[in-house]
Amino acid sequence: MTLDIVRVHRAVRSGSSSLPRSFLAASAIVALTALAGCTDAGGAGTSAGSSAPGGISGTVTVFAAASLTESFGKLGEQFEAAHPGVSVRFNFAASSALAQSIAQGAPADVFASASTKTMDSVVTAGDAVEPKTFAENEMEIAVPPDNPAGVTGVADLARPGLKVAVCQQQVPCGSTAQQIFDKARITVRPATLGPDVKAVLTAVQLGEVDAGVVYRTDVRAAGPEVKGIEIPAGRNASTAYPIATLSKAPNAAAARAFVDHVLSADGTNVLTEAGFASP
Amino acid sequence: MSTATRDQLSPATRPRRGRPPWPLVVPAAIAVGFLLVPLVGLLVRAPWRSLPSQLSDPLVWEALRLSLVTASLATGISLLVGVPLAWVLARARFPGLALLRALVTLPLVLPPVVGGVALLLAFGRRGIVGRYLDAWFGVTIPFTTSAVVLAETFVALPFLVIAVAGALRAADPRYEEVSASLGADRWTTFRRVTLPLVAPSVLAGSVLCWARAIGEFGATITFAGNFPGRTQTMPIAVYLALESDPEAAVTLSLVLLAVSVLILVSLRDRIVHTGTGT
Repeated sequence: MTLDIVRVHRAVRSGSSSLPRSFLAASAIVALTALAGCTDAGGAGTSAGSSAPGGISGTVTVFAAASLTESFGKLGEQFEAAHPGVSVRFNFAASSALAQSIAQGAPADVFASASTKTMDSVVTAGDAVEPKTFAENEMEIAVPPDNPAGVTGVADLARPGLKVAVCQQQVPCGSTAQQIFDKARITVRPATLGPDVKAVLTAVQLGEVDAGVVYRTDVRAAGPEVKGIEIPAGRNASTAYPIATLSKAPNAAAARAFVDHVLSADGTNVLTEAGFASP
Repeated sequence: MSTATRDQLSPATRPRRGRPPWPLVVPAAIAVGFLLVPLVGLLVRAPWRSLPSQLSDPLVWEALRLSLVTASLATGISLLVGVPLAWVLARARFPGLALLRALVTLPLVLPPVVGGVALLLAFGRRGIVGRYLDAWFGVTIPFTTSAVVLAETFVALPFLVIAVAGALRAADPRYEEVSASLGADRWTTFRRVTLPLVAPSVLAGSVLCWARAIGEFGATITFAGNFPGRTQTMPIAVYLALESDPEAAVTLSLVLLAVSVLILVSLRDRIVHTGTGT
């Protein structure tokens, strides 16, 4: 690790200026692309707004509750098939998380929430108007296929030593699960609180917990990877799914068309097939 | 550049200071702005008025306590196994060493969430190791505080290892040769000569390791889940608070920032001192 004077000498004498110049050029390019990237991100989908009258085009960005992943995925494909040139982009997460990103100015066209309360918070903030309820969902207990802990019903969830995953309270699936626990007058001590319903489902699928409280539609979507234990109607709780176009939707025309598709007979069919109830 | 090289330069041959060249100053200023503006944002948008009531929420202190305890435990474990590993990587000679060197630093480049999934597949209830822990000892790791420590150690250990291994490779081997010539065995040489020689780097590596551990999010939420007081560390609390109560998220961030700055400042002199040596 000695100082190589000869090499320093050579570098200074020869192309000493070429290096900084190419570096400058490179950094200028980086800076320009970064700037371009910024404006791009800010105006994602804005170009889509300039549609031909009557038709719709561009991208429609849909923020939807995690429990809608499968059914909205299908609805998106149908919508794209019916409207060539339009592509649907989804962001599936906890409704509360999506509402927060909308409040922070995330460029979305449509919001579909797993609870009216979450949707109301977005409406109150002035970010959405006239939400319409398009589906309802009830809860079910998901257990690994072999049901290692022998869970048979809600009362079992309070059993000491049983590892249970539920959604955290601020997420619709968490507050709905809590309603069920309250009805059954039990206290559940969860092993983990999922940030959204799919996180709870994953914990069950991996066999890391003995049971998880998820939506009926999640059990159906998971197929043979989990076993569902139904909760009797009187002891169950349900949540309603409202959908709305956002007031700052970059592509308002396509947003309205997508909402119409969800509310259409075709849309209802897909949702019913997935296990949702009609409102 | 090693400290020895700098010492060899006499004041007369030291490079002239002059005005700093603008092709360096301008990008440097951009970098400073880029790093500081978000922190300023945090301070400006902090809910100063409701801060006292936010801070009285026991959840904040539970998460902070958990973060400090788990990060310190992770650093302790990293020291116990990481310094010997660094010695092996720097001093031992055996086939496959280069591969080993690459493998142990893999968590540095691995996305932490992937690390969390890998930990689940290894130490989860159905994992390749975890299933036996469960069957033989009735021990399940996921969703416990131990899982948090494991996740943090997994991502933070390589930071300590590369810092210490680098210092060991750069250390003058003559001290160890002298020690050997005086009749000391390798273990004594390591304890009495090598370790004191690289002590500053061990400290710097520990600080890096601790800082990485306290900021750990992806592997932790994947492997350890989220439960207040048990596995909900500060970064997870910040992330989840952002979904329901952004003010609380900013408060939590401020607390974490204050604690991190406090610890870094209290160690700063030593790090600045050793940082250039490695």
